[in-house]
Amino acid sequence: MDIEALDITPYVGPWLNTTISFWCVTLIVITSAAVAAFSRHIVSAAYSLFFTLVGMAGYYILLGADFIAIAQIVIYVGGILVLLMFGVLLTNRSLEQLYEEHAGPYVVAGLAAAVFFFVVLARIIFSSSWGGREIVEVEPITTGLGEAVVSTYFLPFQIAGFTLLLCLVGAAFMVRRREP
Amino acid sequence: MNEVVPNVADVQTFLKFGESPLGLEAYLIVAAILFCFGLAACAARRNAIGILIGIELILNAANLNFLAFWRFHGSVSEGINAYDGPMFTMFIIVLAACEAAVALAIVINLFYTHGTVETDTVSEMRN
Repeated sequence: MDIEALDITPYVGPWLNTTISFWCVTLIVITSAAVAAFSRHIVSAAYSLFFTLVGMAGYYILLGADFIAIAQIVIYVGGILVLLMFGVLLTNRSLEQLYEEHAGPYVVAGLAAAVFFFVVLARIIFSSSWGGREIVEVEPITTGLGEAVVSTYFLPFQIAGFTLLLCLVGAAFMVRRREP
Repeated sequence: MNEVVPNVADVQTFLKFGESPLGLEAYLIVAAILFCFGLAACAARRNAIGILIGIELILNAANLNFLAFWRFHGSVSEGINAYDGPMFTMFIIVLAACEAAVALAIVINLFYTHGTVETDTVSEMRN
């Protein structure tokens, strides 16, 4: 059998790959975000947030932002998620405390707010004519991003770095061991 | 034997894969779903770390919106504004790191002083 006859790319176009990737990533992200948002067990919520964050990196790759995808994995998965895990570890005395009991009215209020916002946002998204078109040519953005950091965004970049320093020092200061 | 070869253009028109089937709306809808999940988690959870997880979901939805708009409208802004979307996303990631660190410090202090992180038992300042 001719192996080239199995190549479906001339028939369905190169966009099929993007579409399949998009729906796979969407399946992962939506499922794990639902678990992260609504699971009663706080450890499973934190673990499924891992899949959400990695799936978001997949979206960034599909959108052509390669540097942001790597930064997402390094900072979110490697930093913030580990911080969250340590928070879970340090703030529970027993296994029973890992299960939280939902407070009834707040669950109803949260779900109502979420459904309301989603209906409003979906109406806005589908009733607007966004115009624009996707840039087909994908190229690495790291060079342009680095030049923007040291030219256009120099002051915001320094302020963000100083803010990060202050926040980390302040957080370490807040959780120091105090003498009783 | 007469081999039937389908016309490429006909199949493309039928499957509508000739042009990108994924518009801006697909990414915006995903971001809206993530935002609503985060909002519901912030409102419904009693555990302070669960609320923090909801905030992370909301920030990720904002990131996805920034990058999707940059990708689909980036051809409008050339020159010094060509990388606005990724720059804003980077700033959001940095501020999310700050926020997570400070919020976890507060949560751990709550656990020191109250012995729990359930937000409705820590309510001395109510009323």
